[in-house]
Amino acid sequence: MNSVGANCNELKQEYDACFNVWFSTQFLKGNNSERMCAPLFKEYTECVKEAIKEQKIDMKEIEKNVLNTEEEQKKPTGQR
Amino acid sequence: MVKFYESSTVFQYNWHQVAQAFWQRYPNPHSSHVLSEDTVFREVRDNKLFTKRLLTKTNRVPKWGERFINNPKVGIIEESVVDPKTRTLTTYTRNVGYTKVMSVVEKVVYRESDDNPNCTIAVRSGWVDSQVFGFKHAIQAFGVERFRKNCQQMILGFNHVLSHLYPKHGQHETNVSSEKSSVQEAKDKLKSAAKRASDLVMPKANVMVASCQD
Repeated sequence: MNSVGANCNELKQEYDACFNVWFSTQFLKGNNSERMCAPLFKEYTECVKEAIKEQKIDMKEIEKNVLNTEEEQKKPTGQR
Repeated sequence: MVKFYESSTVFQYNWHQVAQAFWQRYPNPHSSHVLSEDTVFREVRDNKLFTKRLLTKTNRVPKWGERFINNPKVGIIEESVVDPKTRTLTTYTRNVGYTKVMSVVEKVVYRESDDNPNCTIAVRSGWVDSQVFGFKHAIQAFGVERFRKNCQQMILGFNHVLSHLYPKHGQHETNVSSEKSSVQEAKDKLKSAAKRASDLVMPKANVMVASCQD
């Protein structure tokens, strides 16, 4: 899958590959250390942040957290 | 008033498989509308994995909607929490930009089935809203129709990725037939949903709960 920044594609692929291994062999098995992919993640997300800025996507909206906050949408009462 | 809908899907794979496949969902043959996918935030906290991803998707709108939306691309923020202890993956997605025209929020909870640990249940809730005076209902109805369509694409795409990641899956024999029929069924549903969307001229003001199963 492509990154939003064409120049970040390679970094993304490297990081994603690392993450998928980490997720199945470490995280799901109870090892929570994030060290394994940290350097790749840093480089990749820095690249993405630049791309987001260039494409004028609202960074504030991206930074906002909604899940598990007051702002999260609620199911209407009386309906399932 | 915000339109709400809910649907549930059973995946014939265990929760660990579904959780792993979740990160590898794109691209798949049913995701041509997804243009890019990036992880912008990730950390482990309280033994849970918190992630935020930015997706960009094509934003095809009906002719009458072009006056409100002229950007062919829309940004989607996907927040997620993976809790291996409770075997729950929760995702929450919302669009960035154009939220006054149409805001679409979706929450999906993937949980191990209580009846069968080899199956995973995904419960999907959606909220569609619009603040455009005079077009609110039409836009909401359009949003719900698109949800139905995307819902089938999501299921087809996810199953496609799962079957590639886990070809020697425990219940392979029984799954082949059921998968085939469900794919055909889903295709038919997709067709009729697409037809409904393209036929959409009048707002369906009374659609309160739309299910991707119907």
